[in-house]
Amino acid sequence: MYATLYLREDGMTKNVAQALLAIEDLHVSVEGKTILQGVSLEIRPGEIHALMGPNGSGKSTLSHVLLGHPKYEVTRGRILLHGEDLLQLKTYERARKGLFLAFQYPMAIPGVSVANFLRTALKSVRGEGAAKGFRKKLLETMQGLEMETSFATRYVNDGFSGGEKKRLEILQMVLLQPQACVLDETDSGLDIDALKTVSRGINQLASPERGILLITHYQRILNYVRPHFVHVLITGRLVRSGGPELAEELEKKGYDWLEKEIVIPAR
Amino acid sequence: MEKIQPKDIGGEYQYGFKDPENYVFKSKPGLNRKIVEEISWMKKEPDWMREFRLKALDIFLSKPMPHWGDTALLNQIHFDQIYYYLKPSEKTADTWEDVPEYIRNTFEKLGVPQAERKFLAGLTAQYESESVYHSLHESLTRQGVIFLDMDAGLREHPDLVKEYFGTVIGPADNKFAALNSAVWSGGSLVYIPKGVQVSIPLQAYFRINAKNAGQFERTLILAEEGSSVHYIEGCTAPVYSSDSLHSAVVELIAKPGAHIRYTTIQNWAPNVYNLVTKRAIAHRDAFVEWVDGNLGSKLTMKFPAVYLMGKGARGEILSCALAGRGQHQDTGAKLFFGAPHTSGTITSKSISKDGGRASYRGLVKVHPQAHDTKVRVRCDALLLDEQSRSDTYPTMEIDGERTQVEHEASVSKIGEDQLFYLTSRGITESDAVALIVNGFFECFAKELPLEYSVELNRLIQMEMEGAVG
Repeated sequence: MYATLYLREDGMTKNVAQALLAIEDLHVSVEGKTILQGVSLEIRPGEIHALMGPNGSGKSTLSHVLLGHPKYEVTRGRILLHGEDLLQLKTYERARKGLFLAFQYPMAIPGVSVANFLRTALKSVRGEGAAKGFRKKLLETMQGLEMETSFATRYVNDGFSGGEKKRLEILQMVLLQPQACVLDETDSGLDIDALKTVSRGINQLASPERGILLITHYQRILNYVRPHFVHVLITGRLVRSGGPELAEELEKKGYDWLEKEIVIPAR
Repeated sequence: MEKIQPKDIGGEYQYGFKDPENYVFKSKPGLNRKIVEEISWMKKEPDWMREFRLKALDIFLSKPMPHWGDTALLNQIHFDQIYYYLKPSEKTADTWEDVPEYIRNTFEKLGVPQAERKFLAGLTAQYESESVYHSLHESLTRQGVIFLDMDAGLREHPDLVKEYFGTVIGPADNKFAALNSAVWSGGSLVYIPKGVQVSIPLQAYFRINAKNAGQFERTLILAEEGSSVHYIEGCTAPVYSSDSLHSAVVELIAKPGAHIRYTTIQNWAPNVYNLVTKRAIAHRDAFVEWVDGNLGSKLTMKFPAVYLMGKGARGEILSCALAGRGQHQDTGAKLFFGAPHTSGTITSKSISKDGGRASYRGLVKVHPQAHDTKVRVRCDALLLDEQSRSDTYPTMEIDGERTQVEHEASVSKIGEDQLFYLTSRGITESDAVALIVNGFFECFAKELPLEYSVELNRLIQMEMEGAVG
């Protein structure tokens, strides 16, 4: 593979081949309306990135398009996982390559128990053998996330509280052990105790091999999960990147000052 | 993610194999007085039964075809091409070794003797018009439980049969009940004495084999005071280009405090008309459950009913249907409230795919004398593609005071977002559809003995295979 060198906005030179997840000049539209207008971002193994932005900036679109939701159309750009272009792959194939999305609004699957769902997912992603000793592994992981045993027999997200849904997302992530984790507003609607538990789950997963993209509206979760990089997305563009201090600045000033500063780069 | 293509959905019917006909007797096609008399004569029946049959034949011939339901399909039945009586062997065997080998092999392929060994208290296996095998645990025989095919029942317990036969569903009830009353053969007679609890299920398995065959079994279950029983029936047939007709009558009587559960897993071949009348009477504090699953057949019309005739009686009907290509599942339930402080629920779940059609047809009738009653009706339909169809025809006639009624209905499609969620976990589109479908039928599967629910999930899995190209 050729190493593609280019200059990032923060002035750092990067080698694409080294990146775990690379998003290159991504343009995305939905029903003819342009949402993302050239987003580039790369996550190397061991890095935690936070993607922040006001409502409607395109954060959730980015998370969905990474996994290939059929509603979104990529009009330009690439998404690479370990240097392999994902755009031609189906959603389930992307998941099997090691990409994971913790949903902001997880769907209910009535009649399908959490245990059955997780076993099916685990076998699908990691092969038949991965289901060995599944029940024990499941119960241990659930305990770590402070979930009752009875949780395993409930139907997936059916009648779950907001906090229970988010815990289930983290439970799936911990069990599936993905390479690249995208968490879409996992912190929204959580009380402080649930936030701590969920954060513990994320930190538990952080490792030198793994990359994490934390999408959030608020700075709050970043007190528990420390990002290496913070990016700000406004109207479909990354307008600023920096270290954790950027999140603190946003917390104080809101997004308005950045919106005023937007200078559309000439391309 | 690719769209599910309806043309790709639809598993092959896996029980469509057939045996050569090596029968002791096969009536000429068509129906007339002579054939009815022949059936009665061959069975060496008492006069009253022959008269009952002949009267029923007159009713059948004089009644018009139903003018409601899927009349287009109903009017395609060629009554004159059907064989009304087919006798495969001389007698009902009580060991599998005594069943003619080719028939035994068929039941082996269907897994019937295996199920019997594993978890049944008794079994009758009916092939065409007659039962070819029968068994009942000795402990139940000792307690006075009767479980026989209906012909043996009539021979061995004539008074019992005469007292109750046709009392719940008379020959004049509808055209197909009249037909069954005229040419009935086989089915089960079940009698549970007072206070006896049959904790392991009894099963009847029905197999049609010949082309243009008619099968008209007749079942009567009588549960005496405080007794309980769970009866399961299953059915399959070979696939032919011309149609077969299955028209059963099932009568249940639950005496005070008795509990009857009647489970059906209908998986007829897609060329079988399945026009069945099922009705139960629940006396004081009795509890009757119909668990009715319809996967097969060309046209099924079946609306299991519970008549709540004594104070405190309860009725529950769970009706599930899967309508695929060329199928119309016209199913539902009826609840009649004839006494105070009675209650009932109807739960209907249907899936239509591949151009199939599912109809829910329900009747809830609360008579004036039935005050302080409760009824809950819930209908959920799931459509897997644009070509398929789902209709509901609910009727409620409430004349009793203080009736608590709940009615909920929903029609849904498998959403893009639901599929996206599942596939984002590495699950393929077809596995995701199967998972959602299994989940939809979960309330039915969990009511079945474990072995059957595993089988049901496997069937659904097969149906959904190749769902996505």
